[in-house]
Amino acid sequence: MAAAGGPPSAPRGLTGRGFKPRPAGNGLGAGTAMEPRTLSGTGRPSWGLLFARGHGPLGFSSTSRLLTPAPRSQENTDPQRIAFLLCKQWTLYSVTPLYRFSNAHLRNYSRLLSAFITAERQKGWAVEVGVELDIKVAISSLPDLKGSDQDHAAILVQLFSRSPASQKNSEEKLIWSGWFCCVCGDDFFENMPEDFTCLPLFLTNGAESYTAIVGSWFQKTFDCCFHRLAISPLNLSWMAAMWTGCKVDKTTSAMELIFSVPGLLQPLDISYAIHPEDAKALWDTVQKTPGEITQEEVDIFMDCLYSHFHRHFKIHLSAAKLVKVSTAIASAHCDGIIKFLQSQYLIGVLKLLTELAISQIQ
Amino acid sequence: MQSSKTPKQPLQGHQTDLSAWRKGGRVDPEKSVQNHQTPNSQENDRQQDSLEQALCYFEKVQDCVSLRKNSILQKHLATVKSIALQRGLPPEGFDVLLNVALSGKFADTVNTCLLKSLVPASVIPESSIISSVSWLCIGKCSSNIQLLFFKWLITVFDFIDHKEQIHALYGFFFSFLQDEKMCPYVCHLLYLLTRKENVRPFRIRRLLDLQTKMGMQSHLQALLSLYKLFCPELVTITLPGKMKTYFKNCEGPWKAAINSIRRRSQSNSPLSQPLFLGTAQPQSRKRKWNTQLLIPASSTNRNILEQNREKNLIDLYSTNKSFPVEQLQTFPQLLQNIHRLEFPSQMGSVLTNPLLLHYMNCIKDESVYLRLNYWTGQTLQEECPWCVADNQYEDEFKDFLETVYKAQCFLQEGFSSCEEFLYKSLPLWDGVSCRSQILRLVSWIPLSSFSEMKSHLYDPLAQLFFTSSLYFKCSVLESLKELLQNWLNWHVIHLDSACDSQVCSLNTTLSGLVNMVAELIQFVGWISTVALRLENNTTFLLYFILDFYETVCDTYLRHSLPLLIMPPAGVFYPALLSMDSVSLNQLCYIMYRYRTNLVAAKENEQSKKKILQFKFSSQTYQEYNQYITAMVGCLWTSTAFQNDTHPQGLRMDEELLKKTAVQEFKSSFNIVYHPAMMGYAVLFLQQAWPDDTTFNFSLIKGKKWNWYLEYLYAQGLKGLKLFIESSINRVSQASHSKAGNTQE
Repeated sequence: MAAAGGPPSAPRGLTGRGFKPRPAGNGLGAGTAMEPRTLSGTGRPSWGLLFARGHGPLGFSSTSRLLTPAPRSQENTDPQRIAFLLCKQWTLYSVTPLYRFSNAHLRNYSRLLSAFITAERQKGWAVEVGVELDIKVAISSLPDLKGSDQDHAAILVQLFSRSPASQKNSEEKLIWSGWFCCVCGDDFFENMPEDFTCLPLFLTNGAESYTAIVGSWFQKTFDCCFHRLAISPLNLSWMAAMWTGCKVDKTTSAMELIFSVPGLLQPLDISYAIHPEDAKALWDTVQKTPGEITQEEVDIFMDCLYSHFHRHFKIHLSAAKLVKVSTAIASAHCDGIIKFLQSQYLIGVLKLLTELAISQIQ
Repeated sequence: MQSSKTPKQPLQGHQTDLSAWRKGGRVDPEKSVQNHQTPNSQENDRQQDSLEQALCYFEKVQDCVSLRKNSILQKHLATVKSIALQRGLPPEGFDVLLNVALSGKFADTVNTCLLKSLVPASVIPESSIISSVSWLCIGKCSSNIQLLFFKWLITVFDFIDHKEQIHALYGFFFSFLQDEKMCPYVCHLLYLLTRKENVRPFRIRRLLDLQTKMGMQSHLQALLSLYKLFCPELVTITLPGKMKTYFKNCEGPWKAAINSIRRRSQSNSPLSQPLFLGTAQPQSRKRKWNTQLLIPASSTNRNILEQNREKNLIDLYSTNKSFPVEQLQTFPQLLQNIHRLEFPSQMGSVLTNPLLLHYMNCIKDESVYLRLNYWTGQTLQEECPWCVADNQYEDEFKDFLETVYKAQCFLQEGFSSCEEFLYKSLPLWDGVSCRSQILRLVSWIPLSSFSEMKSHLYDPLAQLFFTSSLYFKCSVLESLKELLQNWLNWHVIHLDSACDSQVCSLNTTLSGLVNMVAELIQFVGWISTVALRLENNTTFLLYFILDFYETVCDTYLRHSLPLLIMPPAGVFYPALLSMDSVSLNQLCYIMYRYRTNLVAAKENEQSKKKILQFKFSSQTYQEYNQYITAMVGCLWTSTAFQNDTHPQGLRMDEELLKKTAVQEFKSSFNIVYHPAMMGYAVLFLQQAWPDDTTFNFSLIKGKKWNWYLEYLYAQGLKGLKLFIESSINRVSQASHSKAGNTQE
């Protein structure tokens, strides 16, 4: 994976973690110098461009948004109960509102889904609903996972396999899990009729064949649509900026940005690792109002990082595509894959993802 | 088994029927086909008698008789067989013959022969089936005969006059499942009989046991999936996609005979209904989950059934009543069951189901549209080839757009999801991909108070319009005309129900609506002007533009919208000076309609003393008068260059005109010399003065002028006729001065 056109020393060096912009020094200076490049181009925040129409129930017309860390819910959220959501890769989907979904019927849904999965896997074979089957389905509510009182509680779906060999006391092995959630989606379902339940974000971990079966069942039963939720480079840069500013108790790994170089026959990825403290220091100089981030600030932040990189490697990262952002808070890939790393920021990250999911289904 | 029924009872009960039939002499005319007037009524009577005798014989026969030795039996058997195959048997014959065939009195050959002859002429009485089941239960006949009976029953199922009592015997039929040979046919029969109340856990368990014993059998799958349809909370099954036939063909010898009898009598005997099994949709293996464009099949909303059941068990009755959408196949069914129909579990499926679209038309429910809009919106967004990278499934998408368009036409209503989709995708569209489908969708953009039409629709469309081919331009104009018509129709429909909640919810005031329509007309006026310049006033293009104005000029009278907008000069003058009589004629018609509308508006204004909310501005009248003056000056009074007062008009200095060295320039655009009309003038001259070859156009004057007009009208220039008769005062020679008589 040698760089075709880059400087001879670049490719190997880039994936190393030795490069830290010095924000107090040249890093920031370069950033301010570069500032006009993107900002003068559009003259308006690119956040607005993302959502072409601002007249829907949730218009993203504002140029700024609140910073996400929400330790507020810390008091009522038991970290143990959501610990299993951390450090796993979740594939993201957007879901349109569920029609006639009811929390009162979760056990029934489990029985039906379990029979449905068995019937799907053995096409043409009839399955009685309610009997013990090879795959057990557990559908439950996760009341902790919500941003406001109006949000519907998250719904967790887990598939366990039962080995037929040892019928009694057999270990139930978790083979797939997925959860629906909605964090601060109030604006979206403001005028929603009663019959609809808004859980616009769906996250799965496990084989896609199960995702397909479970998703199909939900689509058939609650007349909703699932679609993969990709994260655009613009949103990834937002995540990079937002997560850089978050405080983490123990300093862990470096912040890492991965870029892919377009137009090459063989894929070439550039990894750009920054010491989290340096990144935080840079961000602190960029951010004007604490608790609020604007598109302009995100652009400046990224430009500073780009210009620092250019100074050393003569590569314009702005011409490459940002594909992955990893921080101590979470890591996100543009294909719509996320990994949560800090329980106290889980709600905050979910809020942003909910927003993205809503914008996709609107 | 509960089969303690005596076979005697129903038998006796029915004997009286038969004797009544016999005593009545001839057949009940309503119940039989035999009364059809045949030329040979004697032959008819003879056959009738012999059939009666045969039935009499079979009814009375006591002992087992051998076929070989008994010529009487042979004779009667032959009679029954030939008449049955020829004309079918009357309803009354079935009881007798079934009793004989299933009682085991004769050898199987006779029984088989009798069963095979059981071709109904009209209907089969239910009671004869009931008594047959009694015979089956006491097991007097061989299993082959039982099998044949089931095959027969399935084939003639739709000919049975009533089925209530047969339904009551569901359990008896179910018990025959245990016979391995009969199982497929019993399954088929149960499939025809099953209702929701028949689906019970113990029966499901029994069927699942059979499944375990016999493996996957198509007939079991079919019955089980019907059970699933009624009680999805008890059993589930996914049918493999490849499956085509679920039941063995058991039409036997009867189907052909029934068909030929039906053909001969042309009666409306019942047609058997097709199976309604939802198989798994074929999913291509290449694509990931949910990335393929599939319109879901209509299936019952299990969720609702389930919840009803949960809510209260008393509600079971009403749950029973709900009619599965899978069973909905015909329009009469829709009418009969409309009160107990539920929308399918996935609203997207209505797009390909005209019956459900009818149903949608009847039910005004917000959530119905919301569900449909979510689904179509997501599908449009995810499948659009020019919005999603690496999507090479354009044909699929084309078909989908077509389907959505048709559904909108059917409902006479645009979907908001399509509107959203167009606004998002038009700026990225190349104007080529799915062209006709996209332009058709444009015509169904709903009329709402949305104020950003310009940036979302008109701007991207104009950009493509100016840079694309003539054909594209015409297509855009065509779809904008459709859009205008749809808006105007919507307005007319909602005018009557002004307080309709929908109008209120759309928050569309009349002035908002007028503004939207005006904006559209002005947009089309603008692009038309530019397009005519770009395309050198092509007649083809002009036709589409004038077609649009044919709708515009009638908005007041035809659609009760207080709005009239004149075409811009950039459209009017190219049409007036067109080289083509079609355009000129079209323009004449349009100006005539403008006049009619404006006169009506003026009268309306004057008759009502109160101040009207909407009034045409004097500018509209002024513009009309300028145009009409120019037109009359051109076509009639040969004063176009003097009288035209329009700033972009034809007014020209006499000195300048003289410099052109054109002789008779004054009359050069009248109906004789106009380049669009000269062809007619030449032909007229040839007919009026066949010997004159000088083409002296000045001969057309006075009386000849009138003849010429008649000639033009006869050539189909209806628009010109309407225009001249309405806008030119021909009694007074100073016609032009009064031409614009709406001027006041």
